[in-house]
Amino acid sequence: MIGNSSHLDALENHSVFILREANHAFKNMAMPWSMGKDSNVLLWLALKAFFGQIPFPLLHIDTTYEFPEMLEFRDWAVAQYGIRLIVKINTEARAGGIGYETHDPVTVTHELKTVALKQALAEHGWDALITGIRRDEDATRAKERYFSPRNADSEWNYKNQPPQFWGQFVTGNAPGEHVRVQPLLDWTEVDIWRYIQREKIPIPNLYFAREGKRFRSLGCHPITHPVVSNAATVEEIIAELEGTRTSERAGRAQDHHEPYAMQKLRAKGFM
Amino acid sequence: MSPNLKVVFVGHVDHGKSTLIGRILVETRSLPPGKIEGLRRACAAKGQTFEYAFVLDALSEEQEQNITIDTTQIQFRSAGRDYVIIDAPGHQEFLKNMITGAASADAAIVVIAADEGAREQSRRHGQLLRLLGIRQIIVAVNKMDLAAFSEERFRQIEMEYAAFLREVGLAARAFIPLSAGNGENVTTSDGRAMPWFAGPSLLSTLDQLEVATSPAELPLRFPIQDVFRMDKRRIFAGRVESGTIRIGDLLVFSPHNKTARVATIERWPGQGAEYASAGESIGITLSDHVFVERGHIASHETDAPAESNRVQAKVFWMGQDPLLVSGRYRLKLVTQDVECQVVGVTNVIDAATLDSASVERSELRTNEVGDVTLQTRVPLVFDNHDSVPSLGRFVLADGEHLLGGGIISGAIYTTRQPIKSENIFWNESAITAERRAAQNGHRGAVVWLTGLSGAGKSTIAAALEKELFQRAMHTYVLDGDNLRHGLNSNLGFSPEDRAENIRRVGEVAKLMADAGTVVITSFISPYRADRQLARESALKAGVEFVEVFVDAPLAVCEERDSKGLYQKARAGLLKGFTGIDAPYEPPEDPEIVVHTHQQAPQESVGQILEDLLPRLRLN
Repeated sequence: MIGNSSHLDALENHSVFILREANHAFKNMAMPWSMGKDSNVLLWLALKAFFGQIPFPLLHIDTTYEFPEMLEFRDWAVAQYGIRLIVKINTEARAGGIGYETHDPVTVTHELKTVALKQALAEHGWDALITGIRRDEDATRAKERYFSPRNADSEWNYKNQPPQFWGQFVTGNAPGEHVRVQPLLDWTEVDIWRYIQREKIPIPNLYFAREGKRFRSLGCHPITHPVVSNAATVEEIIAELEGTRTSERAGRAQDHHEPYAMQKLRAKGFM
Repeated sequence: MSPNLKVVFVGHVDHGKSTLIGRILVETRSLPPGKIEGLRRACAAKGQTFEYAFVLDALSEEQEQNITIDTTQIQFRSAGRDYVIIDAPGHQEFLKNMITGAASADAAIVVIAADEGAREQSRRHGQLLRLLGIRQIIVAVNKMDLAAFSEERFRQIEMEYAAFLREVGLAARAFIPLSAGNGENVTTSDGRAMPWFAGPSLLSTLDQLEVATSPAELPLRFPIQDVFRMDKRRIFAGRVESGTIRIGDLLVFSPHNKTARVATIERWPGQGAEYASAGESIGITLSDHVFVERGHIASHETDAPAESNRVQAKVFWMGQDPLLVSGRYRLKLVTQDVECQVVGVTNVIDAATLDSASVERSELRTNEVGDVTLQTRVPLVFDNHDSVPSLGRFVLADGEHLLGGGIISGAIYTTRQPIKSENIFWNESAITAERRAAQNGHRGAVVWLTGLSGAGKSTIAAALEKELFQRAMHTYVLDGDNLRHGLNSNLGFSPEDRAENIRRVGEVAKLMADAGTVVITSFISPYRADRQLARESALKAGVEFVEVFVDAPLAVCEERDSKGLYQKARAGLLKGFTGIDAPYEPPEDPEIVVHTHQQAPQESVGQILEDLLPRLRLN
């Protein structure tokens, strides 16, 4: 294999490189973890980067609309990998009555995910967050960089991004700012699945078809809908993806609520 | 599954990059269903005509301004393989985005509009591709419909831009006439609009390019990224930039030359293979306790990288404030992060004409490219970009602001010998020439310039001294100015005094060379016998003697007559002037001959360096 690494090897090696650069640069960092497939690939890569002992905590933003299977998986993985886990709920918003039962999905997502994340940032003073976003997920993410500075309001100034090349990144931040570190930027949905297959990475069962339906992407249960599928194994999912051209996030309601919804969500701090 | 080919689209603003990319995405069916229909509907609602460029401009601001504002990466697939398209904006102020996009590309497509031809950014981008080390280039001559699909126009652009590429040291794989708006020769070539073009379409040409492979065949370079203490072990983590590392290898860590053997190669969950090759992010443990930290570079002992406090590089500058001579910056090269100071700026390339002027400058302005000499506070470990690319390039930053990039190339650095014993400087034995050389990083020598007055000795001596100095070498010029007034002030211009003058020059040069300096002497020294004496004296002391004949015909020298001496001699005011009423005896077997009437001073100096530098290397 000398000098002839595969596509997945190249992706893995680069992501590990980025994780180590981030860990060296930032002394107070956390990794949001949703237990979704990308999140679990990111966790696996972090285990690789740090030889099984992740030196920073993982953060679960619990919207209180989580699938029970996801919470079960979370508790299993924490014990399995010896993870330091922080769970954050925007209790004020929930106490104030914000929920899918009464509000539109953009508002609820903003409150229970973005605002909760900002609260956690304020509580812990993190200078960097490692996220699992990919360029192919959404058009606005095509312009993302591996290290992406956010201001004190978590806003993304996508019109004036710092240059990034030759493995050299912007690794510092002003007080109150944080940097989003994005090691999965170059991965596609099918890369994620091929890597899960190759490495035998454990993922929640919701991704596999039951009674002709499966979840392709996982969010809050009231606004996440399964797609029609009979793919019950990783191999079947890969075969299915190679034959489809439907967008992965088609089943995620907040993306389609209004024009430029994703861009507006992301400029305000959504991942 | 092989890696994706990353291809960057560059070119002058409005030459149609986004349209071309949009066309490729649509024709390779790389967009989700409904996307195109949605865009067409949105355009109709706003009363706009649908344009392929809109496919890419996903952000609302861009559609409104009708320009691409940032580097965009997007994937597509041909029948042959997967691609990542990198769209780099053509606006001059977005150079940093172009660099960000292009630096990671395997190949580039330069888009030139047929109606306008190559413009400033077409040339500037071409030159940056060369700097970034991208060698696979396709030129898409777009908007052929606006040039009436004229073969003549296409050939003219091809001829002119190919000549330009040659000048900067590049060659295009192909020139393809096409129309992104109409679709000719983009993914298909039916030959209807341009029957005179027999070549394949842009997409078929792309399918023939190769993905850049990790350089496993180059010397090992393993920069340490971090050190993890686990249980009682210390794991040195990093990415193998080039070469191959194996368990049991003896590594030398630069700087400081600590050595240790590889005990294990660490991976998770299992340890995996007993070697790791270029591109792999791994960890190692060592069999000996040595102090190694982030920024140290591991290599094999026989093929260590260069190490110096001074480097010369071609630098491109993206900062809003200019790079200033004597300014201090952060220099980051792989995992090294050192403070540096700018010593000099020269050969700045004119953006419009791409000519470079070899004048000293006090700054390098936004979007300029020039030769910059940097002095680092601590020794920098590097290679020439031509030999090990990843160790031959660096970025310059001010605090956290990345402002520029540099390529260390073309320069010949004396090879560094690993120092076997750490006590070498402290033992009590005599200080030999070898030990002086080891400490200096090079040997001393006498470089003896001889030639007629006006042949160019002083110019060459000064330029040569500067070149050596910039390589952190000890060097000094001896000439009439600094010897006649002091050491030789008791000498006149009689034949005896002239011979004595040269004898003293030879003796001083020999002593300084023995002390480790590369001495450049700049005297007419017209007599073979005098030069022979200087040579013998040097050789007896074990000092290398390099005679350089600075040759130009008498007529040329007399024509130049910068000091007006020939005129005086012809008028009889100056007696015994070499070439007029005194003989000049050309060397019979000089080490180097330069013909200054046929080449520029820089060429002569380059020729001397080529011969001289290998002679100065340590054994």
